[in-house]
Amino acid sequence: MARIIVVTSGKGGVGKTTTSAAIAMGLAKKGHKTAVIDFDVGLRNLDLIMGCERRVVYDFVNVINGEASLNQALIRDKHCELLYILPASQTRDKDALTQEGVGKILEDLSKDFDYIVCDSPAGIEKGAHLAMYFADDAFVVTNPEVSSVRDSDRMLGLLSSKSRRAEQNLEPIKEYLLLTRYSPERVKLGDMLSVNDVQDILSLHLLGVIPESKAVLTASNAGVPVILDEKSDAGQAYSDIVGRYLGEEKPHRFIDEKKGIFGKLFGGK
Amino acid sequence: MSLLDYFRINKSNTASLAKERLQILVAHERSSKNQPSYLPKLQQELLEVIRKYIHVNEDAISVNFEQDDDQEILELNIVLPDFNTKNT
Repeated sequence: MARIIVVTSGKGGVGKTTTSAAIAMGLAKKGHKTAVIDFDVGLRNLDLIMGCERRVVYDFVNVINGEASLNQALIRDKHCELLYILPASQTRDKDALTQEGVGKILEDLSKDFDYIVCDSPAGIEKGAHLAMYFADDAFVVTNPEVSSVRDSDRMLGLLSSKSRRAEQNLEPIKEYLLLTRYSPERVKLGDMLSVNDVQDILSLHLLGVIPESKAVLTASNAGVPVILDEKSDAGQAYSDIVGRYLGEEKPHRFIDEKKGIFGKLFGGK
Repeated sequence: MSLLDYFRINKSNTASLAKERLQILVAHERSSKNQPSYLPKLQQELLEVIRKYIHVNEDAISVNFEQDDDQEILELNIVLPDFNTKNT
């Protein structure tokens, strides 16, 4: 049985797809057979971030409609043979995804995979609902910014009331906080909500902090998940997150300010 | 405290303002999330009934719904006007 992870946020542009690509790659690199599914029907982008946009033949909706088999639609990642991508459809038909169809695909994938990562679209419409409905774990991606924190809280409410686990009175979805685009310098200046501030408000278990990083854009330019850029801060932060999720003890990094040469000379701490 | 910190002029701490606003908002949204959807209508209709007999202001009535583990409490609060303005 696979563990189903939803990467969600409510708000758009906070780093859901970047995170989905990175953690799916991270899990696969650790030897777990992983599938990552794009639920953003009509606006697929996971294929671009994963660098497989030219290999898309069939998609999620084709499989639901029986026009292609799961094996035909799954794209094997070129960097890691344990990682497969199921792209979203570019159809404009909002009702293309059905609860039965999604449930059947996840059930079929569960037989063969260790982890299934569901990349949720922004908003609280059907795609976002179905991405989280079957989840066992939720990675709530949040920016240290008021609208993102509010939307994350809204998503937490939905996870605990409108999911399969909630409706069937099963053990609730395990929720984790991923704070992205974090800038310790701005936190220190009092310009940005700190990790503790966000945790005070959302009361979530912190899985990790991803610093604001140039590496995220360069990775997406190249279509390579940022976690493969092992020298970058964001890549290392995602590696830590995957490790922590799998139960490894890893101290939190990237929460404190990087000290430059002057900071090192004059810094008290 | 590093020497460099003395050169950082902290004009206004907007992060703490953001936190304060969020805490109020999130608490409000969480409490209203569990309320039954008929609550606003109930409040409006109760107000109309009471106004047949007593002149009360629109904000003089508050309906609160609270949920504990084993009970639900519907709390109705009406602030009556002063005696000299009553029964007019």
